[in-house]
Amino acid sequence: MLWVPAVVALALVVLPVVGLLTRSDLTRLPSLLVRPSSLSALRLSLETAALSTVACVLLGVPLAVVLARSRVPGIRFLRSVVLLPLVLPPVVGGLALLYLLGRKGFLGELIGWATGAQVPFTTAAVVIAQTFVAMPFLVVSLEGALRGAGDRYERIAATLGARPWTVFRRVTLPLLLPALGSGVVLSFARALGEFGATITFAGSLEDVTRTLPLEVYQQAEVDVDSAVALALLLIVVAVVVIALARPRALEGVRS
Amino acid sequence: MKLTGARNLVAAVAAVALVTTACSSSDKASSNPGGQGTAPAPGGTLTVFAAASLTESFGVLGKQFEAKHPGVTVKFDFEGSSALVQKLTNGAKADVFASADQANMDKATKAQVIDGQPVVFATNKLTIAVGKGDPKGIKAFVDLAKSGTTVVVCAPQVPCGAATKKIEQSTGVSIKPASEEQDVKQVLAKVASGDADAGLVYVTDAASAAGKVDKVDFPEAAGAINNYPLGVVKNAPQAALAKEFAEFVRGPEGRAELGKVGFGTP
Repeated sequence: MLWVPAVVALALVVLPVVGLLTRSDLTRLPSLLVRPSSLSALRLSLETAALSTVACVLLGVPLAVVLARSRVPGIRFLRSVVLLPLVLPPVVGGLALLYLLGRKGFLGELIGWATGAQVPFTTAAVVIAQTFVAMPFLVVSLEGALRGAGDRYERIAATLGARPWTVFRRVTLPLLLPALGSGVVLSFARALGEFGATITFAGSLEDVTRTLPLEVYQQAEVDVDSAVALALLLIVVAVVVIALARPRALEGVRS
Repeated sequence: MKLTGARNLVAAVAAVALVTTACSSSDKASSNPGGQGTAPAPGGTLTVFAAASLTESFGVLGKQFEAKHPGVTVKFDFEGSSALVQKLTNGAKADVFASADQANMDKATKAQVIDGQPVVFATNKLTIAVGKGDPKGIKAFVDLAKSGTTVVVCAPQVPCGAATKKIEQSTGVSIKPASEEQDVKQVLAKVASGDADAGLVYVTDAASAAGKVDKVDFPEAAGAINNYPLGVVKNAPQAALAKEFAEFVRGPEGRAELGKVGFGTP
């Protein structure tokens, strides 16, 4: 019985990609992909997506642990606040970042006054925008796992004399590994595809802020074929990343 | 289940009836335009695909056209010209297409989605948008190349960017932009937010954001005038109305409204 809706669901995901494939001229693919602008966009995309995934892990893991374990009043409200970037249209997210970190934004003004630097139009702005939209994916998958697992093992470890940091390192973290794996993959994929917040907040300039999705949009303006080819490249990169990381993340601890 | 479905249908029909009567009763019957003896104009929806930069002027013209043609509703899709061409070539139903440049109209005619010969109805040129009060003291096009000035332009692939490139080449001034935006409204937004010191936009866009940015006109802009062609879509569901709309835009009312927001009218 489950097969029918499952097949429909799969078709919904796969068929549009097939549509993309039928429209693309595969013979032109190599020549389009080795163009300097494509290569530069690919490199920039991989670098910024990797950096923002690291940022997601460094900031998101502690946040997920606090959200799942803390009993501070108002924590439930905070849990929903973390989901905001999922609901906000990315362009609005980009505007919000611009109003915060732009030259006239209150934090941006402070940064400009202290360092003389400007955040928008820099590669750092791309990483910030990607981290903003990708972080919830990591936090949500970790938090779910943490709450599902409960804190039994941690309390037992504590009664056996382990200090909080040891408990975190030796008990919490290993329990979290599968969820961390899928969270990392999800946030990397989301960062890789990020478009709206980036173009609004960081702008679009080759080698600095023009990631692969922005290059696709740019190409679609003049030559749809080459936009399709670049989009295929984006899909291939995403599939490779997911295929490499996902099974290991899911099976990692069980084996 | 069945009952609510039926009830919904009744409600929908009633709502449609209400709306249509409300429309026709509120419209003042006016004298026939052009004196072509058009029989009681057939009602219906005229769908106009128009470049984003026409949002303000066409919005007003649509209302005026509706007032002249009781029972007719004008529906707009304002987007980048190339996105609109993309839609048309993929079979989107529309009656009129107004492009912000010749290149995109040529694409549409080449794809055989336009009926007959498109006509240029407006021209536009670039100006420099700067922050309120021009804090960086930008007075001429050459000032955009000064170091320490954050300049934002359109990407060369879109019409405003092509015009920018053309002026750069003719003046020998090379701008080092902080960003190449995908459309002119994005350039304007970045100047208005204060993140860019200056941006190259169309005079009409600067006029629509007059409260947020100042503009610095420069004589070299005359070297890159942008033409706005308009054509009737092939197999348009409302072909007769579409032709009337095209004439209306080029007529006195159309020219007045377009002129008001800064377009040149040939």
